[in-house]
Parts: sequence; structure tokens; C-alpha cells
Amino acid sequence: MSIAARFQIRRGDFHLDVDLNIPAQGISALFGPSGCGKTTLLRAIAGLEQHQNGYLKINDMLWQNDHHFVPPHRRPLGYVFQEASLFAHLNVQRNLEYGLKRVPTAERKVSLAQAMELLGITHLLRRKPDSLSGGERQRVAIARALAVSPRLLLMDEPLAALDQARKQEILPYLNSLHNELDIPVIYVSHSPDEVAQLADHLVLLDKGKVKATGAISDMLTRLDLPLAHEPDAEALIEATVAAHDADYDLTYLDFPGGRFTVSRKPLAIGTKVRLRVAARDVSLTLAHQSGTSILNIFPATVDELIPEGTAQISVRIMVGGIPMLARVTRKSAEILQLQPGKVVFAQAKSVALLS
Amino acid sequence: MFTEADLTALAITLKLALLTTLILLVLGTPFAWWLSRSRCRLKFLLEALVALPLVLPPTVLGFYLLVALGPNGPAGELMQWLGVESLAFTFTGLVIGSVIYSMPFVVQPLQNAFSAIGSRPLDVAATLRASPLDRFFSVAIPLARPGFFSAAILGFAHTLGEFGVVLMIGGNIPGETRVISIAIYDHVEALEYSHAHWLSGLLLLISFIMLITVYALNRHFRLGHTP
Repeated sequence: MSIAARFQIRRGDFHLDVDLNIPAQGISALFGPSGCGKTTLLRAIAGLEQHQNGYLKINDMLWQNDHHFVPPHRRPLGYVFQEASLFAHLNVQRNLEYGLKRVPTAERKVSLAQAMELLGITHLLRRKPDSLSGGERQRVAIARALAVSPRLLLMDEPLAALDQARKQEILPYLNSLHNELDIPVIYVSHSPDEVAQLADHLVLLDKGKVKATGAISDMLTRLDLPLAHEPDAEALIEATVAAHDADYDLTYLDFPGGRFTVSRKPLAIGTKVRLRVAARDVSLTLAHQSGTSILNIFPATVDELIPEGTAQISVRIMVGGIPMLARVTRKSAEILQLQPGKVVFAQAKSVALLS
Repeated sequence: MFTEADLTALAITLKLALLTTLILLVLGTPFAWWLSRSRCRLKFLLEALVALPLVLPPTVLGFYLLVALGPNGPAGELMQWLGVESLAFTFTGLVIGSVIYSMPFVVQPLQNAFSAIGSRPLDVAATLRASPLDRFFSVAIPLARPGFFSAAILGFAHTLGEFGVVLMIGGNIPGETRVISIAIYDHVEALEYSHAHWLSGLLLLISFIMLITVYALNRHFRLGHTP
């Protein structure tokens, strides 16, 4: 199951030239700086703009080739714009029903109740769009897009117009949507933080070209790509809740490279979680330290090193086959004689848990 | 106060204004929509053409209509070939003249209202399964409602006050083409000032009330009350 998209779009000086093949499941992020062509590509996928010589196939649905163009209203997709763009002449309920009632009953898989529940907007039904907060408006817009039971959900920086508090208000909803509905999502973003929290798959766009594409955990830690060089560079680790320790009030999380210890979380055993480990919180030692307060220590192999300015070095290490990043000084790297293949121990000073 | 003839003229005037407004709303809506959406490079020519009645002396417009609609004009000959009498000096001719004369007052507010919507709500509707026609009726028209109010009132009020065009192509046939503005002119010519006063005052009052409505509505919608 995959999404195949080929577009060549010329607009003045700007030239978008992409040939994409991404899995049609989970959240795929189109990531890149402003003006790299993310929104243009998303609009082309939606069919909002028709471009010559495009090709687009979503699973078994052919939406565009040289002889064939399905207009946007005949494509079973949902689109969330950067601005909520609710219809000002309709109240929340009628906004939600606008798309729903245009979908044949047989194709309705997401109920209005389910969409409203997922986004927590049941209490807003009678309100007019202009009486809602920015965050509420965007939640209604997302529910409205879900209510058409899309087979592909396109989201164009749905959080970019919101302040930090509103973003944090909506992110959990997006995560639950991801877990509860089996709808592939293409998510446009220029925020590394959002991408790390949401995406499973990453497409890196730069100046209208695809620079790299791959699984999020790999893309975040690849030293030939810009994300690993951000000041907040981090690794993502999928782990499973293994046990709780009542005595010390701790939770143990297992991943292929070992076991993380974190302060106790109200999660059932077996729950899958996503951990973020920042590069600057990881230090490397040659021997397993015993006299330390750090609990999360794992055997690792150095995979690659790249200087970060003149004083620091970014190190990609493999922990049980899972890539992680460490940022160390050039001096320490020399003392430890770090080089690819070297066996070390990675100490993670802090770990953040995503839902 | 009002003579029998005055009341007939009033009835004809209202009928003319109502009919003209309805025809303009029906024809002007798709036209204004096209003007607001089209990227056609020759669009400005049509825009200028629509705006012509704003600057042209009504007698000029009336003169050309008289020539066109008269028995020897191109439209007139076509009509005669179809077996219809000349439209000059008939109520139908008056309606045709009024539609052209009041066109900018209906088309321009509609075009502005459609342009103000922008393309975003229509894009949203397209991704919510609405076909182009469906988007027009379920999104564009409701969102342009303030424009429809302005267009209808301005078109109606402007037709009420028409004089030059009527004089040229309508003539002054009581019960057929004699409208209020002509009746006032006749009263003044006959030095019946009190009759002229009553009719003029009535027209002034109606026009002022309608303009008050337009501006009050504009204010209402501008203050963010959604239609």
C-alpha cells in the first residue's frame, strides 16, 4: 500500500520536481523550510491545482496521469488548511455536516459522533465560528475533514497559525487520531518538534526537490541531513511499557537496545510509547559507569562522526540496531578515540515520553 | 395630492424598478461571478463596458437604444422578422433600457462581494466533496449575501430615478411608459408645482430610506455579524 506522486511544477523562478513513493499508512511528514514547495505539492495532491504531466496514485486509486484527472470533489480525501477556514455562514454542526452529507451513506466509515469525540468539540455544536477560539476552530476543521471518511488526510501546517499553548492543546488530538483511525496522513510542517511528535515517515524537501525520505527515527539521526544538526537534535525510540516499580515509583520501558527507566507513568503494561532522547543529553563512556546517578546506560557502537563547528562533534551510535545521537566535545572524542565501529556505553541523562 | 395619472405613473415606476432589479439579479449574478473569478486578459474591456452607464449621459444611452430598438435598427429588424412590433415606446423597451442603465449598480456590488470571499472557502468546499455548481450555491452565494442586499437596493433605487433613458426610448405614454420622473417634469412644465412637490417628496423619501438601509446593512456586516 503506497502513495506514488510525480509532479513537475514551474511557477516563475520556482521549480518543483518530485518523484515520491511513500507508505500509505501512518503519518508522513513533508518537511522543509518555508518556500520549499510543501504546500504546492499538497495542493497538487488534493487536485486543487491541476498541473500538466503529473502522476498520482493512492493505493489502487489513480487520481492523475496524462489522460486522467479526478477533480478534487471526487477524491475521497480530507484537507486541513493552515487557517481553520470554517464557513462563516454556518454554525459548528452545519460546518461538520457540510462534507458528511455529500458522502454516499455506503462510504461513511467515520461517524460524526466519532469525529466530534476524537476532537473534543461535542459541546461547541451550536456555536458560530466567530465565537470560537483559534484552537477550537482548528479542532472543528479537523473533525470536519474526518467526517467525510477520507482515505487520505492532507494537513497543511494545521498548527502553524496557533500559539504554543494552543499547539499543545491540539497535538494530543492528532496523536489519538493517529492511533484510532486507520487513515494515512500527509502532514506538512516546518517544525522539527511537531514532526518528531507526530510523524512515522519523513520526506525532506528543499528548494522544490526531495532531499531524502525514510522512517522518522532514521531521518532524525542521519548525519548527512540537516535535522541531526539542529541544536535540539534528538533520536526517537519506539518502546513498550514492560513493568512498573511500585517501591521507587518508576516505569520500565523496553526497546531492542535495552530497558529505559523513567518516573512512573499511568500506562498499561504493553502500551507502545515513543521516547525522545536529545543529542545533548547523551554522553559516551568507554566502560560501564557504576558510580553515577544516571540509570539509562546502554552498550552501543559508534556508527558515524561529523564535526559540529570547531569544538563539538555529532556522533551517531547504534543501540541494539536503533540509531541515537550524542553530541560531545572534540576533545572528549579524541580522548575516547571515537571512530566508527568503536564499542562504547551511552548514558542518557534525560528521556521525554510522547503519548 | 396625487392625481389618478400620478398613481398610475407610480405603479408603472415600481413595476419597472422591480422587474429590472429581478432581471439584473438573475443575469448579473453569473456575470459578476465570472468577472470576480476569471483570469481572462480581456476582462477589463467588459468591466469598462458595464461601468459606462455611470459616466454616459442617459440621453446618449437612450438615443442609441432608440436607434437599435426602433423599426429600422438592428434589434428592431430582428424583432420585426420574428413578428414582434418595434420595442421603442413600449414598456418592454423601457425594461431593456433600464437593465442596461442600472447594470453597474447591481453587477459591481456583486462582483466586489464575490471577490471578497477569496478562493479559500471554495477550496475548502471542494475538499468536502462539493462540485463547482454546489460550491457556488452553498458557499459563494450565502457568503456574498451583503453584496446581494446592496445590489438589489441600489439597482431598484437607481431605476426609480431614471429619466433621460426613459424620455428617449419610452416616450410619455400614460399607463404604458409614463414613470414618476416624467410625471414630475410634466407637472413642472404645466406649472402644477404642488403636484410636483408631492411626487418629488415621495421619490426623495423612498430613495433616502433605501440608501439608509444599504449603509446600515454595510455597517452591520462590517461589524462582523455573519449573514
